[in-house]
Amino acid sequence: MATDWEVVIGLEVHVQLATQSKIFSWSSAAFGADPNASTDPICLGMPGTLPVLNRAAVESAVRLGMAAGCHIRTRCRFARKHYFYPDLPKGFQISQFDEPICEGGAIKFRLRGEPRSIRLVRIHMEEDAGKNVHAAGGVSFVDYNRAGVPLCEIVSEPDVRSAEEAAEYVRAVRTLVRYLGIGDGNMEEGSLRCDANVSLRPRGTEKFGTKTEIKNMNSFKNVRDAIEHEVKRQATLLDRGERIIQETRLWDAARGVTQAMRSKEQAHDYRYFPEPDLPPLVVSEEQQAKLRASLPELPEDRFARYSGPAGLSAQDAGVLAAEREIADYFDAVVAAGAPAKRAANWVINDVLGRVGDPRRLGAGDVPVPAAALAELVTLVEDNTLSGKLAKDVFAKMWTERRRAKEIVAAEGLAQVSDGGELEEACRRVIAAHPEEAARFSSTPKLMGFFVGAVMKETGGKGNPKAVNEILRKLLA
Amino acid sequence: MEARGASALSIAEGVRSGKLRAREVTEQFLDRVARLDGGLGCYLLVDAEGARRRADAVDAAVKNGSDPGPLAGVPLGIKDIFCTKGVETTCASKILRGFVPPYESTVTARLAAAGAVALGKLNMDEFAMGSSTENSSVKPARNPWSTAHVPGGSSGGSAAATAASLCTGAIGTDTGGSIRQPASLCGVVGMKPTYGRVSRYGVIAFASSLDHPGPFGRTVEDTAALLEVMAGADPLDATSIPAPVGAYRQAARAGREGGSALKGVRLGMPAEYFQPGMDTEVEAAVRAAIEELRAAGATVVPVSLPNTKYAIATYYLICTAEASSNLARYDGVKYGYRTGEARSLEELYTRTRGEGFGAEPKRRIMLGAYVLRAGYYEAYYGKALRARRKIADDFAAAFAQCDAIVTPTSPVPAFKLGERMADPLQMYLADIFTVAPDLAGIPAISQPCGFTKAGLPIGLQTIGPALGEEICFRVAGAYESRTDWHTRLPPEVA
Amino acid sequence: MSRITPDEVRELALLARLALSEQEVARMTSDLGAILTYVDALRELDTAGVEPMTHAVPFDCPLREDLVAPSLPIDAALANAPRREGSFFQVPRIVPGPSGGAAEEDL
Repeated sequence: MATDWEVVIGLEVHVQLATQSKIFSWSSAAFGADPNASTDPICLGMPGTLPVLNRAAVESAVRLGMAAGCHIRTRCRFARKHYFYPDLPKGFQISQFDEPICEGGAIKFRLRGEPRSIRLVRIHMEEDAGKNVHAAGGVSFVDYNRAGVPLCEIVSEPDVRSAEEAAEYVRAVRTLVRYLGIGDGNMEEGSLRCDANVSLRPRGTEKFGTKTEIKNMNSFKNVRDAIEHEVKRQATLLDRGERIIQETRLWDAARGVTQAMRSKEQAHDYRYFPEPDLPPLVVSEEQQAKLRASLPELPEDRFARYSGPAGLSAQDAGVLAAEREIADYFDAVVAAGAPAKRAANWVINDVLGRVGDPRRLGAGDVPVPAAALAELVTLVEDNTLSGKLAKDVFAKMWTERRRAKEIVAAEGLAQVSDGGELEEACRRVIAAHPEEAARFSSTPKLMGFFVGAVMKETGGKGNPKAVNEILRKLLA
Repeated sequence: MEARGASALSIAEGVRSGKLRAREVTEQFLDRVARLDGGLGCYLLVDAEGARRRADAVDAAVKNGSDPGPLAGVPLGIKDIFCTKGVETTCASKILRGFVPPYESTVTARLAAAGAVALGKLNMDEFAMGSSTENSSVKPARNPWSTAHVPGGSSGGSAAATAASLCTGAIGTDTGGSIRQPASLCGVVGMKPTYGRVSRYGVIAFASSLDHPGPFGRTVEDTAALLEVMAGADPLDATSIPAPVGAYRQAARAGREGGSALKGVRLGMPAEYFQPGMDTEVEAAVRAAIEELRAAGATVVPVSLPNTKYAIATYYLICTAEASSNLARYDGVKYGYRTGEARSLEELYTRTRGEGFGAEPKRRIMLGAYVLRAGYYEAYYGKALRARRKIADDFAAAFAQCDAIVTPTSPVPAFKLGERMADPLQMYLADIFTVAPDLAGIPAISQPCGFTKAGLPIGLQTIGPALGEEICFRVAGAYESRTDWHTRLPPEVA
Repeated sequence: MSRITPDEVRELALLARLALSEQEVARMTSDLGAILTYVDALRELDTAGVEPMTHAVPFDCPLREDLVAPSLPIDAALANAPRREGSFFQVPRIVPGPSGGAAEEDL
């Protein structure tokens, strides 16, 4: 009988920080330059060059740590991590070892509606390596543009318990990174990378099984698929009484399998020692306080506020909280007077569909700023504008960048709620349709027909609720 | 103008006042190099074109009335460890042969901006590893006082060229004594400043926390003048000290004030540097020098630096660990030497490095890799870092009782070429008096204080507290003003 | 008693990517052995409670502003490359390796 295996997963996520310049030198850190067009003597590891630390990289790392509830060390150190590889120009990576900038903390998210909190071991700063490009003919090419781009490495405790949860964890990191504005969190472009340590143990036991390290998962789906495959592979071996070999395995998405790496140097002696070219980094209590004050309301807190006090559905709350720019926009619409539920509907159904990249909402050139949307919603709330017409008005607002009140006034779209006028219209319609009027008492669903006719009669401007009431009275 | 024996500042004054033309001075020195360096091996590369261009620029500045700089027209030699833009820089290693840096070291840029004329790149022990310049992959350098003897190292070319007037001053680096020891062996002045006082940007790294760029000169004031230009904070070096640069020339001159130049100055004599069994001639010369300092008004007090005996071990654990790391970048991929057809990445690395590095760098890389291994770190490297603090604390405690410490620079005068090559440990022990100030990061200067009967120079070392360059220059200036060792010239072999 | 064996020397040489001849291995074994014996003297020094001295400077890491300066022109970056192909540095074909954060792409 197969054992009930508990899956134990720890994740290492590398986040590329979107600073202007590299972490230790002044070349641009932007993605997409021509090969080796974004390098300098320092990031090329030329003899005699020295690292100089980028303030923005430090601030991003601290804010990330604060957002994850980490302890921020007032004093931390850089260390050299040694290995030989063509994409590593100095033969060592400047990273952090003994005294990383952030310790502890947790990443919070929801898994199928249930809140989860995955503890972190640490977050540290380091520099990215260049890129090896393989070609045929027995050679490889190296591009050092990426060498020196700042990274934060987030190391979790082995608290993750399923492939699905792992993917959600990585997604939560991405959301946090984008909320803080410190990076793009784009797995396909490589600005967010994930390695997983996977092991199994009989459920109910504490001792960890042998783990394997899974690499080369470059999308959320790949994270989930790769780990699922690896779990199955390990379970099969263990059920047969075989051992798991501690090794690094690469995910091959095309074939749907993990493959052990052929390199014979699996166990690395990185020979860490404190980086002599950089004195210890101090982030004072005062500096920390300033950075803490700059944090936005975080995704999970927003979700809680939206699904709790604001009374939105979990799904809607999730959509609004997914990106900071959306959440900020929504909050501004509500702050300008629109009720939460209606505002949520408009943002989700009408704004998001049109805006393309939701981050444009934060850029200040949105055709319908938050206050303008709030104005439209208020017009519907106070019955000035019918819901149906409001959709048309919004479309005009978006394409022509006009305000709702201005459009309504210019085109005379104000809803008719005046009882007298409406009653007149109802009477005319009833008079025009005597057979339906006579059949009404036995066929109540003819109400729809009559309401429609009255709306047509009033050019769509009748207040449907009032029309309904008047017709009911007249047809009774 | 008599080039042989000329001081750097005399040339600067001459050029600034219009009495000398920088171009003529440069030609004189280039001629000396061409005639005399064959027998000495000081220069790895002579940049005649570059030197002439710089000299012409200085002359043009003087001509149109703008300030040509405090070192106008001063011919200098540059240890081949400083990256010079557009000019080959090799660290005397095969693995950097042909490397032409696209950037300039901060130090050489500052010297050029001050009007100095760099004549070329000077010989050294490969990657600054050695005490005799015999580890140069190109050729050994020779001591101008006796060409069968070594000039010391690793800045052997810098010391020898200054002594032989193949330049009027030079720059080098001191990691375990590599400025002071060759200065001592060649009878010139050599200064290792406080760690971080002079920028390391563009200085090819041997041991990052121990490398100190510094000047050589024929006189104390010349050396002070060079340091004034070299020193100061650098945004390109995160370990460079922000404190303002001191008035070093002034300090050197203050020592010349006649009879009571050093009144009130307490000089410490550490027992550990005057052990029985010392070379008798060295001991005699240094003790006589200390008497001279006493006559200049100083008080001499005994001090103790009890952890001196651990300094060499501490040094060789730290410097090799850092060196093994700093030399990991030499792999044939981005610059320098590359092995012939390599069939795999591993072959590319191991053969490039095996063929490109000499024996001493290989030895130190191996030792460094060993002491940094997981499991060995605490026992070796970690231990050495703590021993280092104890050595630094020894000095701090001593400086509570004295203003400067005086010792011999080298336990022995220059040894013969080949004499110490068989046993690396023997070579390492030559650093015994120079190593501790490197570990502590405190300033120290060496100056000539006598000659052996065989005519080989002997050096006196003055050590100061952190950022105490002024006291070093003052003491050295006082000693120099009362003696004439610095005026002696080595024989000229055309 | 030897402090280090020839096999350890060969292992270290691989770690440090140094191809050593058998003669060099023998020489290295005795040289390193002698040096390690010498530095062993450090064991007798009492360093309990002593802080490691990693830097000789008493100040903290300075920070620089996040400004971009012009990069090296591609030709300058590649001018010293022993093997160059177009805008790339060339190396023998790489078998997927250990790179910490890097991704590799197949052409």
